[in-house]
Amino acid sequence: MAAVRVEAVLAAAEEQEAEKRRSITVEKELELEYDLGNLLAVDRNPPPAAALRGAGPRREALLQALARDNTQLLVSRLWELPAERAGGAGGPLVAQLPEPTFRLPREKPPPKPRPPTRWEQFARLKGIRRKKKTSLVWDEQAKEWRRRWGYRRAGGDPSRAWLAEVPAGADPEEDQFARLRREKRERVARNELNRLRNLARAHRAGSAVPAAPLHPTGHQDRDELRRVARVARVSTASLGRFQPRLPKESAEPPSRNSGKKRRFEPLLGNLAAERSRQLELLRDMGSKKPVLDITRAVNKQLRQEEAEAAAANKGKKQSKRGKRGRRQQRPGRSGKKSGARRQPQQKKAAGGGTGAGRRKKA
Amino acid sequence: MDALDRVVKPKTKRAKRFLEKREPKLNENTKNAMLIKGGNANLTVTEVLKDIYAVKKPFAVLYKRKNITRPFEDQTTLEFFSKKSDCSLFLFGSHNKKRPNNLIIGRMFDYHVLDMIELGVEKFVSLKDIKNSKCPEGTKPMLIFAGDVFDVNEEYRRLKSLLIDFFRGPTVPSIRLAGLEYVLHFTAVDGKIYMRSYKVLLKKSGCKIPRIELEEMGPSLDLVMRRTHLASDDLYKLSLKQPKGLKPKMFFNISHDVLGGS
Repeated sequence: MAAVRVEAVLAAAEEQEAEKRRSITVEKELELEYDLGNLLAVDRNPPPAAALRGAGPRREALLQALARDNTQLLVSRLWELPAERAGGAGGPLVAQLPEPTFRLPREKPPPKPRPPTRWEQFARLKGIRRKKKTSLVWDEQAKEWRRRWGYRRAGGDPSRAWLAEVPAGADPEEDQFARLRREKRERVARNELNRLRNLARAHRAGSAVPAAPLHPTGHQDRDELRRVARVARVSTASLGRFQPRLPKESAEPPSRNSGKKRRFEPLLGNLAAERSRQLELLRDMGSKKPVLDITRAVNKQLRQEEAEAAAANKGKKQSKRGKRGRRQQRPGRSGKKSGARRQPQQKKAAGGGTGAGRRKKA
Repeated sequence: MDALDRVVKPKTKRAKRFLEKREPKLNENTKNAMLIKGGNANLTVTEVLKDIYAVKKPFAVLYKRKNITRPFEDQTTLEFFSKKSDCSLFLFGSHNKKRPNNLIIGRMFDYHVLDMIELGVEKFVSLKDIKNSKCPEGTKPMLIFAGDVFDVNEEYRRLKSLLIDFFRGPTVPSIRLAGLEYVLHFTAVDGKIYMRSYKVLLKKSGCKIPRIELEEMGPSLDLVMRRTHLASDDLYKLSLKQPKGLKPKMFFNISHDVLGGS
């Protein structure tokens, strides 16, 4: 008797649970695909075409029922996300949405990193890193910590300097205060000009300006004008071979491969050069001394790494390795280029055309 | 346009911020939509544009004047508008005998037209025709696409992508569960696309997950696909490219509230 009653109770409880769940379960042939980051659900089941053909309220009711089912499924999924109460116990229930998975095209192309300025290029080459400067400097005269520049700077207000020494080789009649003011103005103007030039270079590199207009606009710089002049010269019937040159223009004809990255020597060309190249190759293969200079290669690698690290960690402290690497480099610096150049020659299997090409450039 | 291509050097901080908002970024802004009337837009099409504007506020601009242009022939006007208002989605409405109640929905990539699909409105029920309470402006809608043709047919697939792009709204990291009030349901059947908008009512069910009841709200459109101008595959792939340095979003304690605020 007791067993039957327990079973009946359990069955009743299960009935109740199923009853509750029935209101939120939806039967579908194919599962929907969800993208919760976009609050998106895609139902692949073919909708009942025949039923939806007839116009009128029946169609609306059918569409609404379909929408209700799909929305129920989507909301169930959303409610299953990890949720918490925002703003304390009484706040609204907030769910953390995952990242959207549906791939949508971007609005604009991804930004290109701006090209380094002239100083940045130089600093990377030399391995110069930025020194972190303190914001306050000790002023000996005022006996307190003052700003490095700006209002009440250390070293006093430069506009109130009442003494300007005449430097050794200067004209005694010259007004020193005027000279200092003029030089400051010139420095500021030069700084501004360089900043604008860097900006223009970055902007041009970023937008990849197509072919420059062939007529002079007054806003072009040296490289652009040179390029345009070359294009204009080559656009003649004889490809610029018989064009008169300006007095200071270089007199060499443009090489056949000026636009290409790889050069291929003509097959039957300079026999003497070819012979010497092959003999040189045989000599290098036959010699006991290794062509690759390990010390120089290592130094080059260190310097490269250090320059990269300098570019990457702009404000960080100088590492010990940088100093050591730089100290090692100095004796081997002059010969580094030849040592490094020998490496690719060894690697190339043919060692023919490209080797000669490289050496010509040296 | 030469005036728009020239580099503008900002003279004030406000101008600088304005320009920075428009330049390409790693994490992009929410796409804005521009709703334009053609030279011969009729009442239906104007109503459609107004309703879509109401749904997409504040990420839409509705142009009041008529613009005599044909997007399928000449895209320069659209590109000019897109550059001027920094909108990458557009909806152009027009009407003529051959193509009555015409809507051209499209998107831009780098201020050039990427995809354009022409849809004809066969039946339209406006927001004000359905007399019940509406959900607040700026609510992020739930999007549901029903019909296998959205995956089978290439044009329908692009249309689905366009519609998601159009109606998606801002991407948020978290959402208030009680604020899920608006759902847009697209059914593709028999060569027609039925777009319906419903207000979601969460009813008590026995367990934690509420039972959904829907109430018809908002604009409902019966659309039929006409011409398309889809981007070539490689341009589309280029536009999908995401930069590698996409950082995770930095805001963790902003929830998407009903009013669209944080």
